[in-house]
Amino acid sequence: MAEAVSFDQITCTFAARGDGSRTYTAVKDVNLAVAEGEFVSVVGPTGCGKSTLLNVAAGLLKPSSGTMRVFGEPLAGINRGAGYMFQSEALMPWRSCLDNVTAGLEFRGVGREEARRRGEDWLARVGLTGFGDRFPHQLSGGMRKRTALAQMLILDPKIMLMDEPFSALDIQTRQLMENELLELWSADRKSVIFITHDLEEAISLSDRVVVLSAGPATRPIGEFPIDLPRPRDVSEIRHAPRFIELHDLIWHSMKEEVLKGYAQTRNQVSA
Amino acid sequence: MKRYLRVWQLALLIAIFALWQLFAQPGLLPPIVWDNPDRAAFFFGEPVKIFKVVWEWFSGGAIYKHLWVTLQETALAFVIGSVLGLAVGLWLGLSPGASALFDPYITALNAMPRVVLAPIFMVWFGLGIWSKVALGVTLVFFIVFFNVYQGVKEVSPVVLNNTVMLGANRRQLLRYVYLPSATSWVFSSLHTAVGMAFVGAVVGEYLGSAKGVGYLIQQAEGAFDINTVFAGILVLTAFALVLDFAVARVERRLLVWRPTQSETEQL
Repeated sequence: MAEAVSFDQITCTFAARGDGSRTYTAVKDVNLAVAEGEFVSVVGPTGCGKSTLLNVAAGLLKPSSGTMRVFGEPLAGINRGAGYMFQSEALMPWRSCLDNVTAGLEFRGVGREEARRRGEDWLARVGLTGFGDRFPHQLSGGMRKRTALAQMLILDPKIMLMDEPFSALDIQTRQLMENELLELWSADRKSVIFITHDLEEAISLSDRVVVLSAGPATRPIGEFPIDLPRPRDVSEIRHAPRFIELHDLIWHSMKEEVLKGYAQTRNQVSA
Repeated sequence: MKRYLRVWQLALLIAIFALWQLFAQPGLLPPIVWDNPDRAAFFFGEPVKIFKVVWEWFSGGAIYKHLWVTLQETALAFVIGSVLGLAVGLWLGLSPGASALFDPYITALNAMPRVVLAPIFMVWFGLGIWSKVALGVTLVFFIVFFNVYQGVKEVSPVVLNNTVMLGANRRQLLRYVYLPSATSWVFSSLHTAVGMAFVGAVVGEYLGSAKGVGYLIQQAEGAFDINTVFAGILVLTAFALVLDFAVARVERRLLVWRPTQSETEQL
């Protein structure tokens, strides 16, 4: 299969806050490729630079060195073929739910009627029929996430970049959303990079799980193919023997890094 | 208490005027401060006479042309000041270079007491409405400008990035993100801005004009007609209340997307 996204020796170095001469290397020499139609989850300890990688893939952040390739072409500027779902609230609060969903179409010059029709269609697909005229603050957290999902998917991106999109939701809503995401994804397989700190979420959704080392200078330290059958139900698959096996395997490789990351955070706090 | 709040508020108003009348009317009470019984009325006026003046203004129709002029000046100052403030605020908010260059000048202009500009505006724009509009604009501009500037700086970076990822170009970002965000800050300063436009209009009229409520007050003061001065103040206050009420209505219409404290409706 062709590679949809590939990180080639990507390094990101930032100037340390308040002191320009000191630098902080968030990610170092990252090599990672995601095939067309593949669902890859990236897990790692908190503050290890997962979002940095995603921002590089989106073209929002230019790496200090290395090449980002999208379908073989080096990426320059914003990655137009990608949709990005953010961790925190990203909807425009002054636009209604429907207007948020159709915003991307408007930017592309799609006519009002046409955009409206497709917007309504997508609202129906994410289960928000009849909520189109609500403003984001009038919706619950789960509904706002659905809106964000429809907002991204209406543009039919080839690549989906998701940065802990469901981490703010309660566990029940979260599993519902995960199932809905899988259903939408399996309808027409896009390449997905799904960032999470939740290993169970990563295993139950993906084809492959990539484990990152603790920061600074984060890099992938392990890759695990997930050979669980599809279609999956995220709440049921957690009890499958193979799932538990994989979970143990990946957790053991992660544990050391998680502890390392935790120790670093604690040192920073005490320092 | 809550049910009869309006009644109580009205009762308080009537009580204040009654007390005022009681102390000011010549000969009603034995002299307290001044030996001359007419003194109190000379300095403080008498509510009954004040209301008579107000009644004559409105029934005779003499006040309308003055109110209309003041309203025109207020509206023009508000609109021009807001548009200028919005434009300059957006510009400086979006270009760090220009903002760094102009920063001390903006601070200096804002610190300057702008009422002293009124005589200069009289020379430039004459005694008609435009000198008052100019004064109002200088007052409104800075309120709107600082709000918009702040608004642009505080646009959520996530919303911005999300809009970029949805395919917005620079112009679309301005129209779909910066402008709505800045406008919401303009509306949050609406009450103050309208109030300032009104202050500019009245102060301008007071300093030199041939029409307007400020002019009426200034004329009456020149003739030591304290009752008419108070009548003018009363009309101005009522007018300001009406303006404020109208602004509140507009605000509610335009900021429906904003979460409010009382609105916890979630689904």
